[in-house]
Amino acid sequence: MALTGLDIYKKLPKTNCKECGLPTCLAFAMKVAAGQLMLDQCPKLSDSARGELSEASAPPQRLVKLGADGVAVEVGQETVLFRHEERFHHPAAVALTLSDSASVEVLRSACADFRKLQFPRVGTTIHPDMIALIHESGSPDKFVSAAELVCREAGVPMVLVSGDRAALLAAACGPLAGRRPLLYCRGDVSSDQLADLAEQSKSPICVAGDIASVAAAAEALIARGVKDILISPGPADTAAAMSFLTQARRAALKKKYRPLGFPVLAIAAGGDKFAAAMDACAYICKYAAVLITDAWEPHLLVPILTSRQNIYTDPQKPVQVEAKLYDVGEAVPASPLLVTTNFSLSYYSVEGEVEAARVPCRILAVNTEGTSVLTAWAADKFNPSTISAALKAAGAESKVSHHKIIIPGHVAVISAQLAEESGWQVLVGPREASGIGPYLKNEWRA
Amino acid sequence: MTMPDVSEKWTGKINTLTLGATSASGGTRTGAVTIGGASTLPFLSFEGEVGNRPAIAVDVLDGPPEGWPAPLVKAYGDAFSSPAKWAKKAVGFGADLICLRLANAHPDGGNRSPQQCADTVKEVLGAVGVPLIVWGCGIDAKDNQIMPAVSSAARGENLLLGSAREKNYRTLVALGLADGHKLMAESPCDVNIAKQVNILCTDAGYPLENMVIFPTTGALGYGIEYVYSIQERGRLAGLGGDRLLAQPVLADVGAEAWRSKEARDPQFACVTDQTRPLWGVAWEAATATFLLQAGVELLVMRHPDAIAQVRAAIGRLMPAAK
Repeated sequence: MALTGLDIYKKLPKTNCKECGLPTCLAFAMKVAAGQLMLDQCPKLSDSARGELSEASAPPQRLVKLGADGVAVEVGQETVLFRHEERFHHPAAVALTLSDSASVEVLRSACADFRKLQFPRVGTTIHPDMIALIHESGSPDKFVSAAELVCREAGVPMVLVSGDRAALLAAACGPLAGRRPLLYCRGDVSSDQLADLAEQSKSPICVAGDIASVAAAAEALIARGVKDILISPGPADTAAAMSFLTQARRAALKKKYRPLGFPVLAIAAGGDKFAAAMDACAYICKYAAVLITDAWEPHLLVPILTSRQNIYTDPQKPVQVEAKLYDVGEAVPASPLLVTTNFSLSYYSVEGEVEAARVPCRILAVNTEGTSVLTAWAADKFNPSTISAALKAAGAESKVSHHKIIIPGHVAVISAQLAEESGWQVLVGPREASGIGPYLKNEWRA
Repeated sequence: MTMPDVSEKWTGKINTLTLGATSASGGTRTGAVTIGGASTLPFLSFEGEVGNRPAIAVDVLDGPPEGWPAPLVKAYGDAFSSPAKWAKKAVGFGADLICLRLANAHPDGGNRSPQQCADTVKEVLGAVGVPLIVWGCGIDAKDNQIMPAVSSAARGENLLLGSAREKNYRTLVALGLADGHKLMAESPCDVNIAKQVNILCTDAGYPLENMVIFPTTGALGYGIEYVYSIQERGRLAGLGGDRLLAQPVLADVGAEAWRSKEARDPQFACVTDQTRPLWGVAWEAATATFLLQAGVELLVMRHPDAIAQVRAAIGRLMPAAK
């Protein structure tokens, strides 16, 4: 069973060398006990201590690597049930479905479409991560050749889904050898058969079913030495899948129950695509580590990817942009200058509206330690002195010809003092970012 | 190694609350709506009561909306011409309740009088049989003038009045007590302020069991994760026995989701004229689905297709519930 921090501490070098990044060996031991750090991060650990501790100090949920080196995604090793306690660490891998019964042309164009599913959002690009190839043709040869084509054309990690173990093995050892696809074997399959498949294919494997049978099968796989396992409720109804996800996460983290200490694969595909996409958003919120979805249509896919982006945000670290002067569009010295904070949500709201208005602008992001306009104003981080200092630091004087700065309507109260301190003419802009477009078009005069 | 029992033993329970009064209980509604009652985290039927199904209220404004995006304008057509028509249309879209916003009472907007506001409420009450949420214009001084007229015009109808805030709650507390209405307690994305507003209202004599928490709402992609975690923390505390956080929660989904760029005018290269109207529907429905996982009993929504999708999703999440 799980060791306490003190149990682990006794086996550490106790030199407080700090090479693990923590101030003391005791602090390190506590983190390992909580499943937040790996024992391997101690560079001075003796082999005998490692042997004694490794089993008990393994993280309560395993980190599993899917796909070949270089393009692999890592899922699992989550440490909390609720993101406010710490954060969720490894964003769910989103896998889009393809059927092997599709023609070569269709598969090829789907792979080309897949590569285009890249969506810039708040400073990063969100995209699906994997393709799940579903064996529907009935022909093992067709499945293997489709796997080869998709692997070559899309170049992303894959999930192979089939009821035919021989076909899975042929694909995983043939065209996908060394690429570590996740193998999902449908239908009745014994844990010994799954263990054979995992050993021969050297690939991660998914165990699906109701939670008790999944736990039993995973335990048998562990006993056979299989390590890279995912668990899944399979194509269960929504309510059952939600229960599975929470029960598995609790069993792993709160009970340190090894047979369920693996990332969970959830399936939201088939039937009404819109409904499946809604289920996908729910699964993303509640612990899915791999999501198989048929939401190829961007208006269904982007909400799923955005849900993931949001839920995996670190709640203790406000997302910031660099505090500097940004050009949006072909900005010239006569372009309007807007000021906001370096909280990414504030900055990108302003930037998005400026882009949509198609009026080239400059945006000055003031360093407010990642807080929003009103919060920063209340905390005295977005005030006449910080804004004046930011104007100077950015060299706005030489880049802007009109000497006018537009401030958010919510902080209209600072305009007089800002004008005095900065020497700039202060214009009060709209309160909400959504008013920026009309403001630039109707009210702005250089 | 048998699987351990992972059920939590919650000591608290989310309050059950009924909105609307039929003639049997002194009102004129054709049906009442009951929300709340969960004794576990959302939809975890394996360890407790999941309570009543979350209800969907649909937004109706006291005048034609300004700047609403095309998919909403298309869905409602000429129903925007009067609050009564609009409310009937919303009920046709499956509204469990109508969320009436007296936006034109705003001093910089229509600056409508208390009597005009009360007439609008009566007009909607006359047009539909579902219960009402009534929201003021958001300007405290003006709301304190219009809400007394609204409240007494709807005496006995068991409205949900919005919203009591830290700096302005006394008027609504008095009206709720005098006219038999429920109260929405608003707090700006902060668990401690949510508790504080509830304490202020109860100190002023209003019963905790008659309140709904409105922790404010953020759309998908626009700070939803803050709201989600605030709701989740509140829900954990409520189930853990904190009576000040055991109230049902309201999420203002439609208004927030349809403000987002992705809903109004998605900027991605793949968007076509055919798919553009679908983005807002998906954004609104996904915002609702996301927040449901943190614990929401009352969703305020706008687009009929999003409403239908979210209702279906709730049905899948709690197939056995009332």
